[in-house]
Amino acid sequence: MIWEIIWNQMPYLLHGLWIALQLLAALLSLGLVLGLALALIEIYGHWTLRWTGILFERVFRGVPAVVLLLLFYYGVTDFIEMSSFMAAVLALGLRSTAYQSQIFRGAIQSVPQGQMMAAQAMGMGRARAVGWIILPQALRHAIGPWTNEFSSELKATSLAYVIGVVELTRQGKYIVSSTQGNVLIVFGVVALMYFVVNRLGNWALYKFEGRITVPGFERRAA
Amino acid sequence: MSALLEVEGIRKKYGQFEVLKGVSLQLERGQAKVVMGPSGTGKSTLLRCINYLTPPDAGTVRLDGEEVVPRNLNRIRQQVAFVFQDFNLFTHLRVIDNITIGPRRILGLSKTEARDRAMRELERVGLADKVRAYPAELSGGQQQRVSIARALAMEPKVILFDEPTSALDPELTGEVVNVMKRLASEGMTMLVVSHEIGFARSAADEIVFMDGGHILEQGPPAQLFDAPQHERTRRFLRMIGDQVGDAAAAGEGA
Amino acid sequence: MSDFLDFAAEHLPYILAGVPTTLALWILAITFGFFFGLVLAWCRIYGKKPAYWASTGYIEIFRGTPMLVQMLFIYLGLPEVGLTFDPFTAAVIAIGLNTSAYQAEYFRGAIQSIPQGQMTAARAMGMSDLQGLIFIVLPQALRRVIPQWSNEAILELKFTSIAFAIGVTEITARAETIGFKTFRFFEIFLIVAAVYFVLTATVAQILHIVERRTAVPGLTLGR
Repeated sequence: MIWEIIWNQMPYLLHGLWIALQLLAALLSLGLVLGLALALIEIYGHWTLRWTGILFERVFRGVPAVVLLLLFYYGVTDFIEMSSFMAAVLALGLRSTAYQSQIFRGAIQSVPQGQMMAAQAMGMGRARAVGWIILPQALRHAIGPWTNEFSSELKATSLAYVIGVVELTRQGKYIVSSTQGNVLIVFGVVALMYFVVNRLGNWALYKFEGRITVPGFERRAA
Repeated sequence: MSALLEVEGIRKKYGQFEVLKGVSLQLERGQAKVVMGPSGTGKSTLLRCINYLTPPDAGTVRLDGEEVVPRNLNRIRQQVAFVFQDFNLFTHLRVIDNITIGPRRILGLSKTEARDRAMRELERVGLADKVRAYPAELSGGQQQRVSIARALAMEPKVILFDEPTSALDPELTGEVVNVMKRLASEGMTMLVVSHEIGFARSAADEIVFMDGGHILEQGPPAQLFDAPQHERTRRFLRMIGDQVGDAAAAGEGA
Repeated sequence: MSDFLDFAAEHLPYILAGVPTTLALWILAITFGFFFGLVLAWCRIYGKKPAYWASTGYIEIFRGTPMLVQMLFIYLGLPEVGLTFDPFTAAVIAIGLNTSAYQAEYFRGAIQSIPQGQMTAARAMGMSDLQGLIFIVLPQALRRVIPQWSNEAILELKFTSIAFAIGVTEITARAETIGFKTFRFFEIFLIVAAVYFVLTATVAQILHIVERRTAVPGLTLGR
């Protein structure tokens, strides 16, 4: 009986999961591009840019995700029209930018100074040295922490619930409302879906880390 | 009258390898014994078996006639102090608290009693001026002296020293050896695993020579150093005679 | 601008009246998480098989699923089996259970980073394992864990805003109320963001002072 309900509602849950995954992919991509740029600015940029970057990072890490979501959804849409999904991508994506910039900054700074010197000594400009020598090493260092970021953002997508994005958690809530109960089972299944995606994502990233590893970059204990 | 510490038939195996093949020895009240022998012959294991930091596979240990069993282990350990090769001072505690924690928490002394006792023992090892320091702020030799004071503050019946100088730079061993010599002359009962010939000659009542998990021979320093019975003992003594400095620096058995 | 300031002055008191709720929620949850986290870490390090597997499973589940789902599960779901909580209690339980899983892993790492010799020395002097843990290992491990623990605590302070989703009238919920009354959402959420920013910065500063005050030479953190 309960399982019948779950089975009947499965398409909705899967659709919710699909939305959650789209949100996750969008926010992580946004965070990746902007976060990397921010990290480079904070390390190599003019001091005005550097301080702006640090301020941005501080603000987006100091404010709860829920508040950012509400701010973008209710607040920013006063000026610019956008869907709740878009608001969620921006709010969570910019927040992820702040976290990812920290990851990339740490990774870049963990590359020994000598690498930059050696590159410049052979006639590379700073930009090329960063692109060809520093980043390829730094990104290998970054994968471990980035895997953590993946996990926490996957879980953060559920917060888009509060601005009405019909992702997995919201679908669960709808099912609970429409079938008058079965809360434990429905949210149990929802939780299981997050759990599995999280595991799969971690596994894939771990495999990826192994693929691109070179001697001297052996991964730390898992 | 039985000995203060009686060790009988201690055996210990690690996997297939038998480190101790039935070792027995006695320690009289006020006696200082030094255990010597090539590395890997189970000297440190023997010491650890005595207070069950490493439980032996067979054999018995008696302190003052009382057999050590799991039930009375913590009480026995209060009377058998242990000085480690790598000091193992409690990192988060100042020198004074390192010494008082045992008397206070285990023996139940009051704060002032424990403090007085700690100060007395610190004077004894010559470090009264370091009361407020943290272990990380001390040299290796000073750390080892504090750990001896920590041992003394429990007012133990016997102290086991596990290669107390082998983690020290050669120029720092002297201060520790001097403290140990003083203790021996004051009548402290001690069992010392060490290759410090100087200490063994001048302060030990008896030398125990171990090899291959057995006690090969034992006797007063004069006899064992100047007229060893066994070829293996002779060879070992020649070797450490040649490289006392090297052996100390290399931290034998580490 | 002065319009914004008037708006802020008018509504800030109502928002700030939610600060005690937010802080109470946070403190109760992280305190619970602290003790339960220690128990979990103990089970993972020293526990026998059943305790080990139970704690490991617990930690995996709570770290592998979103806190909001856990909160809805507790608040909406547990009444089905006769356990009904008011929103505040449900939120404390959810955040507390969630943070205990994270704290447990930090504790475990810190405890395992303390050299074996410390426990050996404690045993050699006649301490029981429990005494050794309490007097020797934990004081060192807890010092080492402060930076990570601070991060976790601040993360949870921000997560208290999730309780708004089940109707706890903490800061965020109050902001939304004002938003719907005045339809000046951008401004009110900006104000609330500032309030959180100040709260987290203050807490970070306090924890930093604790870290400095308790620092001991030789026990600085290698991350």
